[in-house]
Amino acid sequence: MTLHDLEKAFQHKIDNEIKIEPKDWMPEAYRKTNLRQISQHAHSEIVGMLPEGNWISRAPSLKRKAILIAKVQDEAGHGLYLYSAAETLGTSREQMIDDLHSGKAKYSSIFNYPTLTWADMGAVGWLVDGAAILNQVMLCRTSYGPYARAMVRICKEESFHQRQGFETLLVLSKGTKEQRDMCQDAINRWWWPSLMMFGPKDSESTNSDQSMKWKIKRKTNDELRQNFIDMIAEQIKLLGMTLPDPDLKWNEERKHYDFGEINWEEFWNVVKGNGPCNKQRLAARNKAHDEGAWVRAAALAYSEKRKNRLNNKAA
Amino acid sequence: MNTAIKKYYYGDIPDGAADNSNIKNNTATENAWPLWEVFIRSKQGLDHKHAGSLHAADAQMAIENARDVYTRRQEGISLWVVESKYIHASNPDDAEMFYEPASDKVYRHPTFYDLPEELKHM
Amino acid sequence: MNKLSNYQINYILSLADSTLILGQRNGEWCAHGPILEQDIAITNITLDLIGQARNFYQYAATLINEVEHKNETEDSLAYLRNERDFKNLLISELPNGDWAQTILRQFFFSSFMLLVFEELEKANDEQMAAIATKSIKEINYHVKWSSEWVIRLGDGTEESHNRMKNAIEALWMYTGEFFIPADYEMIDVASLKEKWLEKIKAVFEEATLSVPENTFMQTGGKNGIHTEHLGYILAEMQSLQRTYPGAEW
Repeated sequence: MTLHDLEKAFQHKIDNEIKIEPKDWMPEAYRKTNLRQISQHAHSEIVGMLPEGNWISRAPSLKRKAILIAKVQDEAGHGLYLYSAAETLGTSREQMIDDLHSGKAKYSSIFNYPTLTWADMGAVGWLVDGAAILNQVMLCRTSYGPYARAMVRICKEESFHQRQGFETLLVLSKGTKEQRDMCQDAINRWWWPSLMMFGPKDSESTNSDQSMKWKIKRKTNDELRQNFIDMIAEQIKLLGMTLPDPDLKWNEERKHYDFGEINWEEFWNVVKGNGPCNKQRLAARNKAHDEGAWVRAAALAYSEKRKNRLNNKAA
Repeated sequence: MNTAIKKYYYGDIPDGAADNSNIKNNTATENAWPLWEVFIRSKQGLDHKHAGSLHAADAQMAIENARDVYTRRQEGISLWVVESKYIHASNPDDAEMFYEPASDKVYRHPTFYDLPEELKHM
Repeated sequence: MNKLSNYQINYILSLADSTLILGQRNGEWCAHGPILEQDIAITNITLDLIGQARNFYQYAATLINEVEHKNETEDSLAYLRNERDFKNLLISELPNGDWAQTILRQFFFSSFMLLVFEELEKANDEQMAAIATKSIKEINYHVKWSSEWVIRLGDGTEESHNRMKNAIEALWMYTGEFFIPADYEMIDVASLKEKWLEKIKAVFEEATLSVPENTFMQTGGKNGIHTEHLGYILAEMQSLQRTYPGAEW
């Protein structure tokens, strides 16, 4: 088969909703795009453990402590599933982690913002996980089989995250004045960064079609962002709080909410490493990995020793 | 500032967009634990189904890691693990000769046979 | 309140405090473990410990409220008592150190708690026996997981072996307290020592490690005399409850 034939057969599968599996022929660019996207997704889960892990020791009740720990642990699991999916494309987890730690690979910029009060645990769950879920639900139908399967598993677990986030805020919204202020303040700080999670406007992307054509992605940034805003603008009414956007209002013609301009300069600066916590997050990941090196080496050495002993016995 | 890049989606920031001044040397693969495939049988299930993968230094640890990673929500009551390198898969290129010859053997299926109504439960 | 129920309440609180404080310490590993799979593993143990602590605090609250007509809850007991009131074993409040120290502490602690809970299961306190039965299943796994790590690290590389030796040196002196009864203790802890030591020795032997001899033993935790570490743990853990008295979370 010529390259052209292979490409045609590949696209034919995609068009017919047949999943691409690790051993199937795929264009090099498809492999690379998937590898980059899945590994970045995995990195985002792992780095995302840090801002929430920050409040485990200070969770204000034993119940909240257990919930928060279970949630951060889920994120470790999600990172693990995603690394495994990415590994089917021929790169080891260790290599991906190295790329994260060196600054070569990226993760979602949202996790470079600090968690300053307990209300941030609610806002992160509701807004950040809420934004992520829209993306993840779409990704359950992505064309690469291992990625789609990982996403199905993740989505099953993820819905608890957003619900607990909203419920955390709901309790605060019914609490003392200080708690209500805390709640509003967290929403104010997390609203715009969560809108940025969907990436730049469609009109500013130069090469928009390939990921859609390959069905790695199935909705554009702007579509997903609009879905998110429409959803949150309604939900916030239940909290009796406000979103920090004076331009936010229902547009009867579009049947969508209009909203104000996102600060793209901030977005690019955080991507480039100038966010409030970029250095701190990477330093924490590097430290954990470096300090774990002797542990991983010891476990391997022990397993080798035991294997040899068993072989000697058998011989 | 690099703005003329591929379409951006959540989780899809192109690599290298940031300041890479402190890139350290590549230490990949040293001390990396091997990859394992995990199969779980659920409480009602009859067979073990593939659940995912994980890393572990040895089989015992792989089983425990599988317990910790894949059964946190009561997903199963029995676990199998096998090191991924021992899994062999059929070649997608063989799909036609492997699977299509079965498609015209309808007589292998019970519904192929027309039997009188009176003969129940056969 | 009579002396018996006072003893009982103190004993339940001591179990609650030990499991909570160790859970708090282990929780520090979440997002910082040596590899993802083990990050998840130790976090499972953390959740078990916090679950056990909650069971004990809830039981203690019920008893206190019955006897003293107060309105204690699991959270008021965990978040509003002071350093001198905490009765946890000293070993639970020590800093995590490296992975060797963390898993060795877990091994010492869980091996001991398994014996304690086996006694409690036989006690004629129904509620206590129920908590024990549930916890034993969890602790059996903690013992298995941590003893395998002790063996792996002890018999792993030269570095891991040395780190285990350092960990033993750092922690051994906090194990004597397990077996010295406080006046409120409802079971005969002294009698558990032999069995515990047997288990430790068996695992150490496989791990090519040895039990130290003639070490001076630290005590005090059971009676509220702690290391300097506990004050910081509580300051952090209790900060929101203390800053916003009476708020619901």
